[in-house]
Amino acid sequence: MFELSTTRNNPLIDPALHAWGWEIPIYLFLGGLVAGMMIISGYFIFSGRQKNPDCACNFLPFFSIFFLTIGMLSLFFDLENKINVWRLYTTFQLTSPMSYGAWILILVYPALVLNIFIRPPQLLINKIPKLKIISDKLYERSYLIKWIGVLNMIWGFLLGAYTGVLLSTMSARPLWNSSLLWMLFIVSGLSSAAAFVHMIARDRYERELLAKADNGFLTTEIFVIALLLIGLLTSSQSGINAAKLLLTGPFASTFWVLVVGIGILIPLPLQLLAVNHKVKHTPIPPLMVIMGGLILRFVIVYAGQYSNWLNIHF
Amino acid sequence: MSRYGMVIDTKKCVGCTDCVIACETENNVPYGFSRSWVNQIAIGKFPDTKVEILSERCNHCSNPPCVHVCPTGASYVNELGIVLVDHDKCIGCKACVEACPYGARYIHPDGYADKCTFCNHRVEKGEDPACVAVCPTHSMYFGDLDDPNSEVSKLLNSREHHTILPEIGTEPKIFYLK
Ligand code: SF4
Ligand code: SF4
Repeated sequence: MFELSTTRNNPLIDPALHAWGWEIPIYLFLGGLVAGMMIISGYFIFSGRQKNPDCACNFLPFFSIFFLTIGMLSLFFDLENKINVWRLYTTFQLTSPMSYGAWILILVYPALVLNIFIRPPQLLINKIPKLKIISDKLYERSYLIKWIGVLNMIWGFLLGAYTGVLLSTMSARPLWNSSLLWMLFIVSGLSSAAAFVHMIARDRYERELLAKADNGFLTTEIFVIALLLIGLLTSSQSGINAAKLLLTGPFASTFWVLVVGIGILIPLPLQLLAVNHKVKHTPIPPLMVIMGGLILRFVIVYAGQYSNWLNIHF
Repeated sequence: MSRYGMVIDTKKCVGCTDCVIACETENNVPYGFSRSWVNQIAIGKFPDTKVEILSERCNHCSNPPCVHVCPTGASYVNELGIVLVDHDKCIGCKACVEACPYGARYIHPDGYADKCTFCNHRVEKGEDPACVAVCPTHSMYFGDLDDPNSEVSKLLNSREHHTILPEIGTEPKIFYLK
């Protein structure tokens, strides 16, 4: 028998040691989505596709700025001492992933603006005619355009990786404490972004390409999830307990049905049939993928806070 | 730099929770929150049972994850080795609450991360923390772990002891004498 009685009375952190609410998963999801979109758009620019006015890379930065701003707002909502938020930018804390993240977020915006400069939409040019001159200058030096593509890919990668590293450095939460978490968040971000572009792309080639790429990302995601769980199941008791939260515990139904089932296993064959022209492209599979990516962040953040070392105390 | 820590004799502690109340009074801990608590652990099968009573609080870890994750430097270690939060720098991001394996931190209703300070305001005046001062069985000791002549060092040299969850590598500075 093992019995623990405590005088503790702390509704905020007991019994699940729960501090982060919906704001953090929303932010992590949007951060991952924008990261994926930056990598995709950067890749298109790097391969010279921006010349095509219909190329997704010409309008993705607008979506990215919009989603990222909502993500940052959501993060801001989570702060309990909002008035002090500027404190993030008067220091750089070497050991704090959140400090890196704050600075990465600030650097992402200029990269997205540079992306817009390549081929600004007519509406913007009418308002700010100077944009046309910048764009023309960029076209004279095509190597600069390639560099903007590379910059977008690098910042996108850093942004996506950081959303995972933020959680995985916390040894206090066994579910998060896996070096595979950043990989999971990057592939999941890429798959959500590919699904999003697949849905809105005007260019047929890009639509097909991203549906195919998304199938690759989803397949990789299954492997990363499996490896993450195997890693936990073969680690310490706290890791095993953490994996069981997803596999059989209180988060199992959400994890299996929404994340694995509707988020990966159902859209994968549907998209495979679509790229092989057996069924029509519809927005349903990409919407499922995006929803799966969102729920994945919720499950990881909530179950992670639930997982701890204290119940194996002694 | 000194390294202040606490030694608690579990053989003497009766679990009266006076330390918990003294802490709440001394530090004006808001209702519904606690900076310290008492865990009573019963192990075994009757009649072969064993009880250990642990008066717990922030361990003022030598390798404190809460300080490492803080993005603003609000969480820091002072020159006495006490882990503290600078309220004016704290943005209330709760990363430290998540990073502490002991659940020692909470967000104060005023928006900053809060926890045991080892009664830093008393220690600076040469007094013991309120919990130590009030303990009716004198089971709690406070002092400099780096000073070989301090009572805490002598107790640790002479008695068997353990810390809580040492396997995480936080190097807690509250020791429980067995
Ligand atoms: S017990 Fe928790 S709050 Fe205290 S120093 Fe250690 S990690 Fe930080
Ligand atoms: S809540 Fe405050 S003390 Fe804790 S990590 Fe955030 S800024 Fe630092």
